[in-house]
Amino acid sequence: MKKQSNSSYNQAIIKDALKGCLTKLTPKEQLKNPIIFVVYLGTFITGFIWIYESSRGNIPLFGFEFWVFVWLFFTVLFANFAEALAEGRGKAQASALRSGKKSGSANKLSEDGSLRKVSSESLRVGDVVVVSAGEVIPSDGEVIKGIASIDESAITGESAPVIRESGGDRNSVTGGTLVLSDEITIKITKNPGETFLDRMISLIEGAKRQKSPNEIALSILLMGLTAIFIVVTLTLKPMALHVNADISVVSLIALLVCLIPTTIGGLLSAIGIAGMDRLLKKNVLAMSGKAIEAAGDVNVLLLDKTGTITFGNRMASAFIPIDIKELDNLAYAALLTSLSDDTPEGKSTVTFAQNTYSAKEPANIQSAQFIPFSAYTRMSGLDLDGKEYRKGAVDAIEKCVTASGGKFPKEAHDMCMQIGKKGGTPLVVCEGSKVLGVIHLKDIIKPSIKEKFAEFRGMGIKTVMITGDNPITAAAIAAEAGVDDFVAEATPDTKIALIRNYQKEGFTVAMTGDGTNDAPALAQADVGLAMNSGTQAAKEAANMVDMDSSPTKLIEVVETGKELLMTRGALTTFSLANDIAKYFAIIPALFVVAFPQMEVLNIMHLSSPQSAILSAVIFNALIIIALIPLAISGVGYKALSADVVLGKNLVIYGLGGIIVPFAGIKLLDMLLATLHLL
Amino acid sequence: MVADITLFISFLILLLGAAKAYSGFFTKVLVGEKNVFTPLLLHVENSLYRLCGINPQLEMNWKKYALALMLFNGVGIVLVLVVVLSQHLLPLNPQGLPALPFELAFNTAVSFVTNTNWQNYSGESTMSYFSQMFVLSVQNFLSASTGIAVAVAFMRGIISKESESIGNFWADMVRITLYVLLPLSLVSALFLISQGVIQNFAPYVSAVTLEGVNQSIPMGPVASQEAIKMLGTNGGGFFNANSAHPFENPTSLSNFVQVFSILFLPVSLLFVYGKMSQKSGEGRSILIAMVVLFVLMLGSHYASEKFGNPQISGIVGESAMEGKEVRFGIASTSLFSVATTAASCGAVNAMHDSLTPLAGMVTMVQMMLGEIVIGGVGAGFYGMMAYVILSVFIAGLMIGRTPEYMGKKIEAKEMTYTVIAVLLPGLCILLFTGLSLLIPDATSSISNPGPHGLSQVLYAFSSASANNGSAFAGLSGNTLYYNYALAICMFVGRFGVIIPMLAIAGSLARKKVVPFGKGTLNTQSALFITLLVATIVLTGALTFFPSLALGPVIEHLMMLERISF
Repeated sequence: MKKQSNSSYNQAIIKDALKGCLTKLTPKEQLKNPIIFVVYLGTFITGFIWIYESSRGNIPLFGFEFWVFVWLFFTVLFANFAEALAEGRGKAQASALRSGKKSGSANKLSEDGSLRKVSSESLRVGDVVVVSAGEVIPSDGEVIKGIASIDESAITGESAPVIRESGGDRNSVTGGTLVLSDEITIKITKNPGETFLDRMISLIEGAKRQKSPNEIALSILLMGLTAIFIVVTLTLKPMALHVNADISVVSLIALLVCLIPTTIGGLLSAIGIAGMDRLLKKNVLAMSGKAIEAAGDVNVLLLDKTGTITFGNRMASAFIPIDIKELDNLAYAALLTSLSDDTPEGKSTVTFAQNTYSAKEPANIQSAQFIPFSAYTRMSGLDLDGKEYRKGAVDAIEKCVTASGGKFPKEAHDMCMQIGKKGGTPLVVCEGSKVLGVIHLKDIIKPSIKEKFAEFRGMGIKTVMITGDNPITAAAIAAEAGVDDFVAEATPDTKIALIRNYQKEGFTVAMTGDGTNDAPALAQADVGLAMNSGTQAAKEAANMVDMDSSPTKLIEVVETGKELLMTRGALTTFSLANDIAKYFAIIPALFVVAFPQMEVLNIMHLSSPQSAILSAVIFNALIIIALIPLAISGVGYKALSADVVLGKNLVIYGLGGIIVPFAGIKLLDMLLATLHLL
Repeated sequence: MVADITLFISFLILLLGAAKAYSGFFTKVLVGEKNVFTPLLLHVENSLYRLCGINPQLEMNWKKYALALMLFNGVGIVLVLVVVLSQHLLPLNPQGLPALPFELAFNTAVSFVTNTNWQNYSGESTMSYFSQMFVLSVQNFLSASTGIAVAVAFMRGIISKESESIGNFWADMVRITLYVLLPLSLVSALFLISQGVIQNFAPYVSAVTLEGVNQSIPMGPVASQEAIKMLGTNGGGFFNANSAHPFENPTSLSNFVQVFSILFLPVSLLFVYGKMSQKSGEGRSILIAMVVLFVLMLGSHYASEKFGNPQISGIVGESAMEGKEVRFGIASTSLFSVATTAASCGAVNAMHDSLTPLAGMVTMVQMMLGEIVIGGVGAGFYGMMAYVILSVFIAGLMIGRTPEYMGKKIEAKEMTYTVIAVLLPGLCILLFTGLSLLIPDATSSISNPGPHGLSQVLYAFSSASANNGSAFAGLSGNTLYYNYALAICMFVGRFGVIIPMLAIAGSLARKKVVPFGKGTLNTQSALFITLLVATIVLTGALTFFPSLALGPVIEHLMMLERISF
């Protein structure tokens, strides 16, 4: 999917969008957007007047009325284009997905144990199928037997295969993905049409797109404004008649179309669709626009320590010798004892010893006898040249040292205590009966995550770390990562209670999760982001799914939500601010014939009344096209306080909205004058 | 000019200081706490509850509150109707004035109940003392209390957390009338009497003028009505000349106090808002926005009047004083006329028809904005809140959050009601102005041709829809059409705003409070105040620029070319 979304403006999509702006011209489609529908009606009336009057010779065939008609028509087309373009990008992705869906057959396991080839469309919930290497998984389900590596790039765009196995939190498989190795037995959990892929397609296509709550509220405001502007223009006619100034119907329609918020009205649905699309580009699938809006409001982020804040594995971060002269020997021993330790801790010790202390394996390493790590001894090590090197937990090494007649030094105990207090894990290294020193294993905090959290604080978002660690370890990591709060020894129950508490206090809470036991909390959270690698239950409960299964994604989701809302606000402000210039173009033009004094209000010095009105109409149409890229890419969000963001946007979109049309209308008027169009 | 500006500045300082000082007591009354008058009036309050079968502890949701309010005001309309239709049968009618025709009676009833006090009649030749005292003055009190009650209910809606209740309408009405309006009116009436405002039940006095003409000088209980007329931002004069009449407004001191009392309670309510919400900054920021607008309006009004009319200023001195308050000068005229239209009062000490075109436009613009430049008692507060919600909605989006005010989310429901409250009065103004210009019967009431005539009609419907009640004069409003058309505007302009605002209050009351943080929109900042002022001006300008351009603007431009109507 990444592949398709990279070429966002490719020709096929633009071609489809061009087609879309014509097919959307039916009254039924137009009624969906009341503001553009007003323009649509205005176009018809203008067109009728143009044909009727020019056929009777009252007006020139290609005069003012003709050009107003043309540009009103373009206004409708441009609004259609904006929507079609946003939809088109989703459709392109959907059709790519759909092509992956056509797999056809599946090996269904009958009750008698025999395999039968059936069409994948016929599979229902509860059916059991067997999928072998090279075959496509026919539908969503759970692995009930076996283990396999699976290529999920069809839905995630990620080429690295993932492991799926029965039992535990990695048992869910998605229809449309490819089994690369081994054979698994899958119990189907979805009927056709309800699978993840189906849902994704319909979401991306925007077929079932519902207006989000804030979009509805904004539409109400825009419709209210449209209503009042209809009355403003309608009542202007008798008022003008009273003072003996006649206004033509075409001019009134032009005034109306310029006043109603066509810019934001034309772009509103594109902004919504583009918001989902932008998330999709980040490989996050939002189940509703509402969820994206909620993301913008998030002020508490619940972050799992493992994977989000830390790399997830404890790593060696320091060697602390008992005798400072023995530091190199300690590094050497640590390296040797870890060679047979395949745990992430062991591997990191090897890397650390090699990189930081340039410890090297001896040449005769082949002759060594390895003692691998076992849960029983809680030690690993090797015997080489008659020396016994061991590494392990404090008590295990203590036992080992005392057993071989040595004495476990008090310093080693103190060191271990210190490390524990800092949230780390100590491992003791000994050579025979002599304790060499301690390895400090530490949860390594991801680089620049602390800065990210500081940014969040600046935005007014509170970060809360959730971990299963004990309170001491948790506190140390929380302090180092710079989160605002933490919850230690967390269980799924504490998570859900925590979310409820925050929500009661009025906070909007976002969290990530992958396990089945996360599902209730994901459902309770305002924004629940499930990992695609997680269980079906988690994905069902969440309102967003991250295809990359990267917990840090939550941060980007919040930013996208904010961008969506900001884009809406910015374009609304811009659209309304535009009206001032349009008034100064049109009002003097309407009345200057009856009242030459009105020329004073023609502050742009537009060349003629008709050219003034037409310039305003053309500007009004072109600004929609000009703003499509902004609507689709969104107003960029930087983590700043609300006051700063508001000030900046007010200057750009408020003040800019006042100034830009003055310049634009003046330019268009000059252009019209040079072209002698009127 | 220096003296004029000193007057304006000292007026504002005195007003803000006094309003703030009073707000402590005002708040106590509104939340039902013990206050200085409790020992004196608690007994009366409780007896009233007992008499009317009111349980003041009973909490009402917004629907019940709105229903009680509508019932109460509905009964009010009927009572006024009954009395003015039968005043010839009732006592205290020394002039033997006849009953009012029905359409005028209806217009008057709606007018006084909606706090508009549009008067399609001359008080001295139409209303008996009984009608003036027992229904019109009473409605002056009750319509003012209603406005304050709605404002307080709205404050409760904003402040409360996940609650259904927005207070008890009956208790609010009793407390506001008893503890706030009655004592203040008493003090004000006594002061006005000391200045020479009359208060009697005597028949009209006949006199022979120096020219030997017989003149009938109207009398009546003026001071008692005058006090609440200003304090309650009602504006309905005892006499046709309103506060330009020496018996209503005899001295420059009484003039100053009258202007002061128009704005006193509305300003004080904003301090109350700060106290009730325990965020004094929130009340202050809104007050600053209002005062900024007020100063802008007063400045342009005064400048336009000072500049005068070039056609005659060479002949009569710097300003044209025809129709202005000649006794107190142009500054007092400007201050009075800006305050009265800022605050939905509608009392006048000058004929607004005689103002220069741009000064006339200022008075009209204030009404078209929905009387939120300080605004009427209560009405100014809740009217302004609609604009605050509108501003918050747009600004809130621009910071990347769904909008919220005082921690309450502004969603589709609030937006719907806000749009109704903001746009309905404007729709009334435009639709009825347009309609009136199409009806020959209606256009025949217009006394001047061209743009000035348009201004007369526009002003009348602005005044009615905004519940101001001042008249541009010049338009003969006592016709079948205008009596009903204006009554409709007054009714819609009042309750078409009150009900949506109560609905918003109810909806906000139910919501959770989002904690304040760095990511929240700061509604106390200078930036927000600027945005609020800009939203108000922009909304007003976009709605009324075309009609104003055809009325006062063109009239002004033509005046500069020495063409008049």
